[in-house]
Amino acid sequence: MSDLTQLTISQARTKLRGKEITATEITEAYLAAIDRANPALNAYVAVTGDKARDMAKASDAKLAKGEGGALEGIPLGIKDLFGTEGVHTQACSHVLDGFKPRYESTVTTNLWADGAVMLGKLNMDEFAMGSSNETSYYGPVINPWRRSRLDTVVMPTTHQGDGGFVSAGGTRTARSLDNAQLVPGGSSGGSATAVSAFLCAGATATDTGGSIRQPAAFTGTVGIKPTYGRCSRWGIVAFASSLDQAGPIARDVRDAAILLKSMASVDPKDTTSVDRPVPDYEAAIGKPIKGMKVGIPKEYRVDGMPEEIEALWQKGIAWLKDAGAEIVDISLPHTKYALPAYYIVAPAEASSNLARYDGVRYGLRVPGKDIVDMYEKTRAAGFGREVKRRIMIGTYVLSAGYYDAYYLQAQKVRNLIKRDFENVFAAGVDVILTPATPSAAFGIADEDMAADPVKMYLNDIFTVTVNMAGLPGIAVPAGLDGKGLPLGLQLIGRPFDEETLFQTAAVIEQASGTFQPEKWW
Amino acid sequence: MSVDVKTVKRVARLARIAVSEEDAERMTGELNAILGFVEQLNEVDVSGVEPMTSVTPMDMKKRRDVVTDGNKAADIVANAPATEENFFLVPKVVE
Repeated sequence: MSDLTQLTISQARTKLRGKEITATEITEAYLAAIDRANPALNAYVAVTGDKARDMAKASDAKLAKGEGGALEGIPLGIKDLFGTEGVHTQACSHVLDGFKPRYESTVTTNLWADGAVMLGKLNMDEFAMGSSNETSYYGPVINPWRRSRLDTVVMPTTHQGDGGFVSAGGTRTARSLDNAQLVPGGSSGGSATAVSAFLCAGATATDTGGSIRQPAAFTGTVGIKPTYGRCSRWGIVAFASSLDQAGPIARDVRDAAILLKSMASVDPKDTTSVDRPVPDYEAAIGKPIKGMKVGIPKEYRVDGMPEEIEALWQKGIAWLKDAGAEIVDISLPHTKYALPAYYIVAPAEASSNLARYDGVRYGLRVPGKDIVDMYEKTRAAGFGREVKRRIMIGTYVLSAGYYDAYYLQAQKVRNLIKRDFENVFAAGVDVILTPATPSAAFGIADEDMAADPVKMYLNDIFTVTVNMAGLPGIAVPAGLDGKGLPLGLQLIGRPFDEETLFQTAAVIEQASGTFQPEKWW
Repeated sequence: MSVDVKTVKRVARLARIAVSEEDAERMTGELNAILGFVEQLNEVDVSGVEPMTSVTPMDMKKRRDVVTDGNKAADIVANAPATEENFFLVPKVVE
């Protein structure tokens, strides 16, 4: 293979260990690809070329001696939310202007300990608040996927077209790409675009309400949000601490399993890190799912959902059935309350977490006539509109007189949402299959969503339940819609049963194949 | 429940975010849209339901009350906008 960026992590791993390629070669290939693509896609907000070359060189020295960790020499992109020592870490916010931490997050520490190479920091919605990667201080990320049209072209003679199917003299069909730019989803839009457009072998991401799974679905990549407590949150910029979880975005299910194995750990520095050994997720791939009980929740059939999403869901059900799974209809009656409860709990926690950005200890400072004036001016200039909106909502629902009506009510509803899942798992359901998103990727600067914040929030309608209940969820691409855009399915599992998710997602992937955007950038 | 411009300004003050008259008016509409959306939670019967305190059932981790880290004053102030001899500098607070 001439282009090293096309290799999956598992393929690259084999070639690196077999000394067919070097870490330096594959790192240079990615750095060159980023150089060419980033002006168009805006996936990276900082490229750490020198650091990447040094890390690759160190990996090559280990590989030459037949040593090295599970990810030795594999070039990765890191979401800007992860603290990386001496390297740009701003959660894509202006308020953290110039911040370079003196520490390394536990998740990235784990990755470097396993030999991975850091290519740079990836764009994201500011403080992970958004579903389109348009709230970033560094501008929107562009989805490498574009809508396309199937055209029938009359071909007088056999011709070696570029990209089209060749036919001997008759007609051929060709997809012509629309120029409209689409969002990659969010908040991990930079991670999803970078993985989908071959600008890193895999990426770290985080998911508070769907920020791994929704962008994965929008870009034809695989994204898993593990169980709350599986990956340490230490050194990750906090958004909503009871919901935030780190996880990988990767090109296929196996790569996601490889990455999660390295990212996950038991960490004394995070009191919510759960004391359970990390299993070998890769070993679950290829195991038969015969006899597995797959739940189909009727509440995920929402009004106005495109027919193509329903059709995709049915296709997924058929694939799992063909593989020997037992399909059962289930009910998760409090599903519709997950999103409104989320929009109380998450902003409440965010308003508290983001109180620390005051212009004193790090980042931006705008001078004022006294200290309060300085705080207010700094925060007014440093936070974007969406972040301010959520801080305001959070401050309001926690303020005296409203706490019980909003926050306590939402936390009670949250328990009911969790109980819904516990009931179906107790009834013997092993895994739940749902669509990942209510639509395919939409356009940049969508007017409806700009006018009504709640419209944007509805993107997370299928994913947010999982965060509210602390469960693991994986988004796996399952097909293309009529316009050639990827669509994903979601699998939800029991707490700490990521293995079943990988096992089942691999069956879907086997049936659907993997998806790559046509290169236009 | 809905908010008016006056409440929005009070909340902005609590959140330490300076808002202009225009900002406050725009935010009033946006906040009311969100508060209208979350209103539906009131229809849920939560009698006898405890508010969630932890999503994963686990005991709080404890450790010995001893110093395990420190002597990092220079690291701690390294990213501050204004410092002097490892102290954070702020505008005068006490006259």
